[in-house]
Amino acid sequence: MSRIFASVRRSDPRHYQIAVLSLLLLYGVFVLRFDVTPVRIALVLLTALGAQYACGRAFRAGPYDPRSALISALSLCLLLRTGNPWIAALAAVVAIAGKFLVRVNGRHVFNPTNLAIVSMMLLSRDAWISPGQWGNPAFFALLVACLGGLVVNRAMRSDVSLAFLAFYAAFLAARSLHLGEPLTIPAHRLMSGSLLLFTFFMISDPRTTPESRLGRVIFAFLVAWAGWYWQFRMFHTSGPVWALVALSPVVPILNRLLPGPRYEWARSRQAAADVPKGASRETNLDPSAVPAAGR
Amino acid sequence: MKRIWIPLLFLLPAASAPPARAFCGFYVAQADARLFNKASRVALARDGDRTVVTMSSDFKGDLKEFAVVIPVPTVITKEQVHIGETALLDHLDSFSAPRLVEYFDEDPCGVREERAMSAPAAGLLMMKSSAGAARDDALGVRIEARYTVGEYDILILSATQSSGLGTWLRREGYRLPAGAEEVLGSYIRQNMHFFVAKVNLKEQSKLGFETLRPIQVAYESPKFMLPIRLGTVNAQGPQDLLVFVITKSGRVESTNYRNVKVPTGMDIPLYVKDGFGDFYHALFDRQVENASREAVFTEYAWPMNWCDPCAAPPLSNEELRGLGVFWVEDAATRGGPAPVFLTRLHVRYDREHFPEDLVFQETSDQQSFQARYVMRHPWKGSAAGCDGARSYYEQLRRRKGEEARALAGLTGWGMGEIRHRMSTGEDAVGANSAGGRRWYERIWKN
Repeated sequence: MSRIFASVRRSDPRHYQIAVLSLLLLYGVFVLRFDVTPVRIALVLLTALGAQYACGRAFRAGPYDPRSALISALSLCLLLRTGNPWIAALAAVVAIAGKFLVRVNGRHVFNPTNLAIVSMMLLSRDAWISPGQWGNPAFFALLVACLGGLVVNRAMRSDVSLAFLAFYAAFLAARSLHLGEPLTIPAHRLMSGSLLLFTFFMISDPRTTPESRLGRVIFAFLVAWAGWYWQFRMFHTSGPVWALVALSPVVPILNRLLPGPRYEWARSRQAAADVPKGASRETNLDPSAVPAAGR
Repeated sequence: MKRIWIPLLFLLPAASAPPARAFCGFYVAQADARLFNKASRVALARDGDRTVVTMSSDFKGDLKEFAVVIPVPTVITKEQVHIGETALLDHLDSFSAPRLVEYFDEDPCGVREERAMSAPAAGLLMMKSSAGAARDDALGVRIEARYTVGEYDILILSATQSSGLGTWLRREGYRLPAGAEEVLGSYIRQNMHFFVAKVNLKEQSKLGFETLRPIQVAYESPKFMLPIRLGTVNAQGPQDLLVFVITKSGRVESTNYRNVKVPTGMDIPLYVKDGFGDFYHALFDRQVENASREAVFTEYAWPMNWCDPCAAPPLSNEELRGLGVFWVEDAATRGGPAPVFLTRLHVRYDREHFPEDLVFQETSDQQSFQARYVMRHPWKGSAAGCDGARSYYEQLRRRKGEEARALAGLTGWGMGEIRHRMSTGEDAVGANSAGGRRWYERIWKN
């Protein structure tokens, strides 16, 4: 048992993410009756994988690795709603192309899913997020999956997720206390499947969060505050999603002010050994894979 | 002593008056016409930040007892208030109500007969002068405006503290339930104002209306929500709320509760026709339980300019304007048909499962959806007529079994009872189905 657990821990955290997102999508489609058809899912998955292949070739990014593209595509299927299949496909292209095109210091700036969703909502009138698509039982299933992810992927910079959740909860609770509302109100707002997905599958993206722990906590604070303000003081929806895309350009600045080890999804022992002095990398996760741009 | 009725179900009953339920109204004499007898109806016409809300009350008690308090985001002037017509809400209700559709099976022997008709769900749902200014100031309550519109006297209040507002309302003869002040307080801190309406008996008798007409308020605010919290303070059990949202671009959904579309499109046994109201009531109860009592149900989402089948004729532009759809005429004058999309949401809420106010968003989802249930009348010819007739009857038996299972699944009714009800009347697959012969007599065709 412990060997299995240890091998899971050693494996690429993206495998866990792909498994969890796939299960959530199946649950959403078959139990919660999400408004997304199998054809649409296939379209988004294939477009994302195709775009990853094309961009990889065009930017000479090394061997083809479908894992990140799969995560982006599954997340898009879970979050983005549109009546137009072309918008769904375009979102998949934007998610992947954004990783290759919008880069600062060799890192992509935006979380692919986040960028794709916001671009589609800005560019088209036919795209939206349904924050109310998860029910309470789904919330608890999701919570277990997310907490499982924390355990399995302890190196996956879950500090940014936990910090975000703590700050966001604090803002919600403080506002409700100020207004004299019962605490069931902030509790209900926190028990949102969409918020959990955002916390554990979007803001947690180790490739687009600051490199130092302090930077990540500051970033989590900024996103939590802006998202809360946008949603509960400006009365718009999906505050955290908008806040993350608006604040992602701050990450390169935070990295300059508070440098830290750069995260790679996976690297070889040799590659780890090749890291020059002063630019140490985090402990590896997968001793067999090679880092490549665009992952 | 007046009771305060707060639409959006801010029901504050008087201690001396009949219990809250009697007053929260929205039920009428015929039991089948108002299934959800603690239901209220609200229509929201919204584009951008502009909103017109229409709130209907079926209040049947002593009109002296009627009063209503609504938190509103801005000070409302006299020009922003209008008294609407109940008939318009009734039309909107019947137009979008869950519906029963009837079809007639074709003659399997070749004579074609096709008829379709629709029936609306059998009435499914349905569903003073102040004291001195100095004293008001001391309580932190300010009368921002005071006017009479139609049969209502209206006050717009602002307050700085909930206890002051509570004291003021009590002093004016309103009775608040325990817990209401806290909720009022949270609205005060959100800088909301309070719209207080009561019936002006003199005006009411002059106008000659027998029932209270709906109050309409037009306002501009980024908040796309319905305040339901006050309504849960003193409620005895869950209440039903029907929200008709009229927008330009598409379906409206809740952002802070789960959205569920009610099951639709099932074939159900013919005997349900006489009790369609009971059927839908049972179906809705079961859906609410299945969704852990936490969901907002979509019963209808469709562009206003057509319907299929129509439970009632679509609303005219004039009727839509009467419901506050302010962009209808503008678009018409530009020459094109005005985009109007209707979403009907049905919420059964209580304090435990709906702790916060309902928040909505408009999506661009134009997919048509309606709660529609199908009854198929069997062909009545003899199975001996042709080979097609024999296989028709075999299929019919299977279909009847499926209809029974579908009905049990939708309503939770027992299969035994359903089969019993189906064993007589039109649902019974009669003797002619066998062409006068037993099954074993038909094996060898001798």
